[in-house]
Parts: sequence; structure tokens; C-alpha cells
Amino acid sequence: MAFDELRDENGGVRAAYAEVARWIEANGLDALAQRREEAEAIFRRIGITFAVYGEGGDPERLIPFDLIPRVFSASEWSLLDRGIRQRARALNAFIHDVYHRGEIISAGIVPADLVYGNAAFLPQMLGFDPPGGVYSHIVGIDIVRTGDREFAVLEDNCRTPSGVSYMLENRSIMQRMFPRLFAGGSVRAVETYPQMLRETLREVAPPATKGEPMAVVLTPGPFNSAYYEHSYLADLMGIELVEAPDLFVDSGGVWMKTTAGPRRVDVIYRRIDDDYLDPLSFRPDSLLGVPGLFHAYRAGQVTIVSAPGAGIADDKAIYVFVPAMIKFYLGEEAILPNVQTWRCALPDERAYVLENLDKLVAKEVHGSGGYGMLIGPKATKDEIEAYARRIRANPADFIAQPTLDLSTAPTLGGEGAEDAELVGRHVDFRPYCLVGREVRLVPGGLTRVALKPGSLVVNSSQGGGVKDSWVLEG
Amino acid sequence: MLSRAADSLYWLARYTERADSTGRLLMMGRRLAMLPEGVSGDDWRSVLRVAGSESWVAAGSEVTESDVVAILLLDPANPSSIRASLDRARANGRAVRTAITLEMWEALNDGWRRLERLNTDRAVRELPTLIDWVRGYVARFRGAVSTSMLRTEGHDFLRIGGAVERAGLTLRLLDVNYHLLLPEGEPTGGHRDHYRWNALLQTLSGLRAYYHVYRDNVRPWHISDFLITNRVFPRSLAFSVGQVRYHLDRLAHEHGQAMACHRSVELLDDRLARMGEGDIFRYGLHEFVQESLSELDRLSREIGEAYHF
Repeated sequence: MAFDELRDENGGVRAAYAEVARWIEANGLDALAQRREEAEAIFRRIGITFAVYGEGGDPERLIPFDLIPRVFSASEWSLLDRGIRQRARALNAFIHDVYHRGEIISAGIVPADLVYGNAAFLPQMLGFDPPGGVYSHIVGIDIVRTGDREFAVLEDNCRTPSGVSYMLENRSIMQRMFPRLFAGGSVRAVETYPQMLRETLREVAPPATKGEPMAVVLTPGPFNSAYYEHSYLADLMGIELVEAPDLFVDSGGVWMKTTAGPRRVDVIYRRIDDDYLDPLSFRPDSLLGVPGLFHAYRAGQVTIVSAPGAGIADDKAIYVFVPAMIKFYLGEEAILPNVQTWRCALPDERAYVLENLDKLVAKEVHGSGGYGMLIGPKATKDEIEAYARRIRANPADFIAQPTLDLSTAPTLGGEGAEDAELVGRHVDFRPYCLVGREVRLVPGGLTRVALKPGSLVVNSSQGGGVKDSWVLEG
Repeated sequence: MLSRAADSLYWLARYTERADSTGRLLMMGRRLAMLPEGVSGDDWRSVLRVAGSESWVAAGSEVTESDVVAILLLDPANPSSIRASLDRARANGRAVRTAITLEMWEALNDGWRRLERLNTDRAVRELPTLIDWVRGYVARFRGAVSTSMLRTEGHDFLRIGGAVERAGLTLRLLDVNYHLLLPEGEPTGGHRDHYRWNALLQTLSGLRAYYHVYRDNVRPWHISDFLITNRVFPRSLAFSVGQVRYHLDRLAHEHGQAMACHRSVELLDDRLARMGEGDIFRYGLHEFVQESLSELDRLSREIGEAYHF
């Protein structure tokens, strides 16, 4: 039985949800259902859209928004807050280590081939010290809940985790539609995120920067699925949103082309993959990217956020070792545990996985976005057999986890006002931890919800929606 | 600011103004086509000509309202159509989302796909409503610019684009209709031309303004003066050129540097300022309009060069 976030075993509303329950009661479900369209119209007008690759159809699609907030109590948050910061620090320490002495490898904790043979490992980064020693400046940690005080980390995102604009817009739309719901002041604010991000970018500017650092957001452009988020963050930070052709590199550093001629750039918050950063260093066949950028980075003329090669820490094969990293670098026990994971690369674990595939969730090590995974209990016999063949062919590319009983949060079900009902739907949670000279975390994050009854897949590309996420004042 | 952003703002303004202009031309076509029989002529073709879209119909063929609505309102491939202008305006706005305000973006994004699924018959039936909507859409955008945009260089580039496009429409209207305004046309034209003069002024929202300025019947030499050299009518050539000059001056001040475009706009502006009533006819209205159109083109090019578009 999944943990019900709204009600306890006796059917009583849990304390954290008292305000939300009162609000639902006062409005009535049918009235709330009628306002769904209003929310959709606002999203459409503001242009908060995302693209789903490879499906054709509407290139600018809306992500479904559920009006019922998901709530964390102050004490739940205090646990999450400590756990998230701890993890973000350990992941950065790990990346620094693998690009320097590799002590965790010498100590026999992480196998060498998992690091050095990994596609996300960039030998070009060896021996380089990024400003402040920070590699992953924005760490998105996917967290699931399975019980009262039971949380677990499902996945880390150390490159360019997306979705933070939804955290901000979901709140802003709720405040616009239901201002009185927030009148009590018991919900902690998330609006400071862009300022925190700007502060983080400022802190990691190259030490040689003169005056106020010039930071920019680098986007692949309007056709990227997360373009809305790129422009939104640049706008809220008051900095330029640039595309690669707007930048060039010479011996003096990185410059952007402005109406007044070249203007120096000190910090680049890039929302493009390592491969497309610099054709001279990474992919010579790429037309994208800024030639010479990596050289300028290594020369200390510009800071790239997150650092190239930071992805070595969020690989699903490395994930297994994060609790050990926390112990190794910080001398602490992990506050947030991992989900039990079997690595198909190891013969014993592979045998277990193949035997129990119908009960497990199997994933590609390098996959993301809910693609390429198998949910055993929901899969047909043929699907399971096909997946097993893939595992046998390339065992190191797969891991498996138990099918988690994700907690359910109250969600507005039904199509319209007539059949509106309150249903429990499975949710996960992604907070965004910022790492500069300081570690910063806004009290909140993005709650994703599997809108299909019984579904455990919350990814927007697979029919998931989003919710406003509340952290209550203590 | 980024040169790419300046370029996009310039074109964003041009495309929103173009949507508005094309809407005005469609209504002009309607007005002329409704004139009594014997008075109307090949009006729909001349509408296409002003919109620079005559090549979309076969030479010598009869052009119907339905043809023109399809070409100028709905065709996404015709860069002068309202559909294409709105698409491109929004795409430019989206490409430089951080250089425009939320209010401007909402104005661009709200209802921009309205024309996508319309068929021609329905569009012809609902033309006045649709054109009203286009004008409202553009007006909302202009209002958002006025009241929400920082007066930094982005605003200057936007205003320059708008003024260049407006000047272009006024000049093209004059280019296609100059024969109506020649002094020798008056005695023979009589009644018929009177309708057309009115239609010309109405297209530019200038009929009542004309009465306020001249307190006289509509006369062709006043019209050309009004549309070319008048400094208070906001759709005259002189007014638009003055706007471009004002904003280019601001840019020169901000960048501490004047360039070729600044010299060109000064020459153009000063020349218009020196013109008295009647000078244009002595020079030749058609020649003057043709020359002004090519100078406007050159100015637009020079602005791009000066700011690294």
C-alpha cells in the first residue's frame, strides 16, 4: 500500500495538509475543476511550453498542471534540506577527486573502469581547478517518498537539470488564481531562486575578473524543448540570453557580439551538452558551439557552469556509490538513502535481475527522461524477454531497482466539473541545490505527478504533470 | 545589447506594423470595391501592388477579393501576409524573449494562432472582425511597449523598425496611387477621384486628421503634403523619418559614435524639412516617392551594418 500523503491510517487528514484540505472543502471540487481551464489559459498565454521530441504534433505543448499543492511539513523539509546539501557537496567532492588524484578509486571504493571508461568522463578536465573548486553548480536530486519519514534518492542530475521554471511558475499561477490561500503566510517562498542563482554565478567568476562579472545564459535556441526555461531564468536574473553564434573567443577571452562591439563574458551558465560546447575540443563535426571556448576555460578566462565533465557524477552506474562517497569525503552517513540498486555488470546481481525482471524496474545507465526503461510489473511477457536479451548483450549498460511504492498526493481527477474527484496519484520531487562559495537551497522544488491511474512514471514526456510544492513554516 | 537581439527587435516591430498595414490595405480594398459601379476599377490588384504581393497572381488576370484575402491574410508563405507577419513577429519575440517585457510577450503570444485554421470563405465573410482583431492585437503590443519597456537601446531599435515600416507603407501607397494626386488629374477626375482620396486617407487613419490640419475639402496637393512633409501626422513620411532620426541620435549618444546611417537620416530629414507645399510636384511626385523608397532601403541596410546585425 503506497504512502498516502493526504490521510493517515485512520483516514484523518495529516497536519501538513490541513490548509489544503480546508481550501478544497471551501471551494468544492467541481469549482476547482472549472478553474483548470483558467490555469491552462494562463500557461498558454505566458508560453510555458515544452517540446516532446520525435512525436510530431504541436511543437509547443503544455505540461499538465494539477491545482492541488503537494505539501512538506517543516520537519520533513529539515530532513530533506540537510540530505540534499550533503549530497550536493559529496557529488562535487567526487568530481574534483576523479579529475585529480582519484583517491576514491585508489581506496577501492569506486571501480576505476566505471570512471575512466565512462563516456561522461572528460580526460581534458584532468588536473584543472575550476573557480571555487565547484563542478556541479546546480544539482537536481530526484527524491521519492515511501513512508512517513522515509525518503530515498532515485537519481542525481549534475549537468543542467531542468524544470526549475515550473517550480516558480506553478507557485506564481497558484498565487494569482488563489491569492487568499497564501494569505496566512505559512508557505515558504521560492521566488528568490533566480537571485540565488545569479549570486552563485557571481561567486564562481574567474578570480582575475575585474569589476562586476558578466554572466550569460547559453541556450541552443528557441527550438530547444527547455527554451522557455532558459529565457525565463535569464530574464529573472537580468542577464543576457545568448546562443553560440553570439559568442567568440580570442586570446583575450570570451566575447559576445553586441551593438557596441565585443563585450567580455566571465561566466557562462550553459544549457547545452558538453559535446556541443566547443567543436575544437569535443566534437569536430558539430556546427554548434563556440570554437576555442574550452581553451579559454582552461586558461581561467571564463567559468563554465556546470563544468564540462560534471556528468561523471550523475551516471546511473556511479549513483550506487553516492552513499559511500558521502562517507569517504565528508565522514558522514547519508541522510537520504539510495534506492536499492542492482548493477547488471556484476554477474551475481545480473543473475538476480534476470530472474526477477517481472518485479523490478530496469533502466539504461545512460538513459534519461523515462525513456528506455522497463517497469516489470506493468510489462508483458514479450517485453520482459526482449529487455532481458538487451541486458545479456550489454550488461554494463543496465541497472535495476525494486518497483517502489511511491507515495501518492491528492490530485484533481476526472475530466470536467461533473466527474471531478479527489484521487491519489504517485509523485516524485526534484529540488535544485545551488553550489557556489556557499551552498544554497530554496525551500521547494518541482513535484511531478503521474496523472494516469496507477502509473509510476512521472516524466512529462510520458504523460506526467506538475504541482505546486509547498514547504510549511516551522 | 546583443546584436542579434537588436536585429530581432527591429524586425519584431517591422512585422507587427506590417500586420497592421496589411490589414489596413485589405479594408481599403473593401472600401474601394464597394464604390458605385463604373467608379471601381482594378482595386484588388492595386491592393496587392501596395503590399508588394502582385507577383502572387497572374498578370492580366482578374483579381477577386477572395484571392487577395487568401494571399494577404492567410498565406503563411507570403512575407507580407498578416499570418506570416504575426508568426514572424512572435518568432522574433521568442528568440529574444529576455529583451522584451512579459507584457509585450503576452500581447504577442495571446491568440497568435487564430488565423491558422481559417479557410478563405470564412475569412472573407468575417473580414472586418478579423481585421479589427489584428489591429487590436497590434495596438495591445504597442501599448505594452509604451508602458512597460525600459528606454534602453532595445526600445530604440524597436521604434526604428516600426517607423521604417510605417514610412514604407505610406510611400508605397503614394507610389501606387500617385496618378490620383497629380494636379492635372483634378478637372477630369472629379467625383471618382474624390472617393479614392478619401479612401487613401482613411487607410492611414488620416481623414479626420486632415480636416483638423487643413480645414478644407480634400485636395490632392494637400494630401501629398499631408502624407509626406507634415510633421504632426504620425503616419507621414516626415514624421516617421523624424522618429528614426530621434532614436538613431539616442543610439549615437549612447554608443558615443555616429555612423553612415546617422548621416543618411539627417540628409533625408533635413530635405523633408526644407520642402514647401508644391515643391514635390515641381520635383515630380513619382520620382520623389521612388527615390525616398530606395533611400529608406539604404537607411535600413546602414542601420544593420552600424550595429552589427
